[in-house]
Amino acid sequence: MPERFEAIVVGGGPAGNAAALTLARSGAAVLQIERGEYAGAKNVQGAILYADALEAMIPEFRDEAPLERHIVEQRMWMLDERSHVGTHYRSEDFNEERPNRYTILRAQFDKWFSATVREAGALVICETTVTDLLRDGKGRVIGVRTDRDGGEIYADVVILADGVNSLVAQRAGLREEIKPDHVALAVKETHFLPPEAIDQRFNIKDEEGVVIEAAGAVTEGMLGTGFIYTNKESLSVGIGCLVSDFADTGITPYGLLERFKQHPSIRPLLAGGEVKEYAAHLIPEGGYKAMPRLFGDGWLIVGDAGQMVNSLHREGSNMAMSSGRMAAETVVELRQDNRPMTSRNLRLYREKLQDSYVMKDLKKYRDLPTVLHRNKQFVTTYPSLLSRAAQTFIRVDGEDKRTKEKAIAKSFLKGRSLRGLVGDAVKIARAVR
Amino acid sequence: MTTKEVTLTVKVEDKLFQNRYLVDEGRPHIRIKDPSTVSPTLERLVTLCPAGCWSKQADGTLTGSLDGCFECGTCRIVAKAVGDELEWSYPRGGYGISYKFG
Repeated sequence: MPERFEAIVVGGGPAGNAAALTLARSGAAVLQIERGEYAGAKNVQGAILYADALEAMIPEFRDEAPLERHIVEQRMWMLDERSHVGTHYRSEDFNEERPNRYTILRAQFDKWFSATVREAGALVICETTVTDLLRDGKGRVIGVRTDRDGGEIYADVVILADGVNSLVAQRAGLREEIKPDHVALAVKETHFLPPEAIDQRFNIKDEEGVVIEAAGAVTEGMLGTGFIYTNKESLSVGIGCLVSDFADTGITPYGLLERFKQHPSIRPLLAGGEVKEYAAHLIPEGGYKAMPRLFGDGWLIVGDAGQMVNSLHREGSNMAMSSGRMAAETVVELRQDNRPMTSRNLRLYREKLQDSYVMKDLKKYRDLPTVLHRNKQFVTTYPSLLSRAAQTFIRVDGEDKRTKEKAIAKSFLKGRSLRGLVGDAVKIARAVR
Repeated sequence: MTTKEVTLTVKVEDKLFQNRYLVDEGRPHIRIKDPSTVSPTLERLVTLCPAGCWSKQADGTLTGSLDGCFECGTCRIVAKAVGDELEWSYPRGGYGISYKFG
């Protein structure tokens, strides 16, 4: 192994793999360090893969990557204890030649992505934990320290793709600890079922897939959502809420997941499945305002480590890939011009992010995390009210329709008051405009 | 089924059983700095930890058994928010949880 690399990438998730791939293809001597047994061993996601960000780097990925099902139907459910009301959007248009979204199993997907990085010429070492950054007398980052013997490795630039905890940057004093209300804890299980059972239960065929996102009573007053995603021969079933809410309520994450699975709308979908894994991971939910500084002398931060998640649209791995690619492109451009990896020059990375959907979307929803955090009624009271309203409206019981409408209006006024209803409408409109 | 009934039947150990871990024997990667003075916030780890790693003993002390740890970081974030009661690092390279599906 050479003593010195042109770039070191810390982490083998989507952000790190995108960065290492882009660097390797440019001919740079790049070392990627992953602490897991293999790339993906430590990684958890729902998981939905958005094709666009990956396609920008690997146009032929559909022929090579381990994909589960392409998504043809999206269900958004709002639940009370015994019911759900919601919207489904399904379209034959999603059965296209180059589908837009797929379900994936991250451990398998990341392994494939990592193999692609190796083929492109990067040196990828696993089972090695980066413990700290090496700095020179002026504080510039000049390499990394690992937990291996003689584990000091030098590089012109270090790209930190070490995930939501961003421990390396924290240790080096480049960023602060994450706040409990800026991060969600999600738990999930992988339930195996025969593909035919999945097809029948979700009204799909071949490799079509369905996404269910669920909000309401299932989070027991906490800010969060549950989900079911269809894989080829398994279902990903999970639920996540803010860490601060779990801490305040004393609700156990696994208890919450178990009750979600018992909900009468969820339970029949899972019946007879065999659980083969239980996983937990943090999701950065603080958005734009919680982002740390993303670059400095000799270093760049990409993906979850930079809090790049659009929590409203459930996007994160795409932003990870795009930011990893843009960080690497920045390094490649500077190398070509023989310019040093100074903070001043690496600012180009931030400019690239700002010109892209990554920063534009994070900025657009910058107030949403705070608004939702302070107004949990959006995910607790309203789903229940809507669910009950639907039942009042549908049930034929001798009551005239005008009386039913009045009862629904009254339930909303009682649940939130007129001032509350108007205020909520304004708040949510401002937060997503 | 009521909430209470379900709560009573959930055993996190049963869930962890399916997972693959390579335990680094004798080298816990998370440590309570001073187990004799544990804040009420740190005691919340008993319910908060998704792997149920933390338990309160009969003598009132909090102990961590990290074999099922997901390395998620929840305990560190909560501990840091109120003080600095935990020493937290990732396991040595290759050790800890290895997800098959993720």
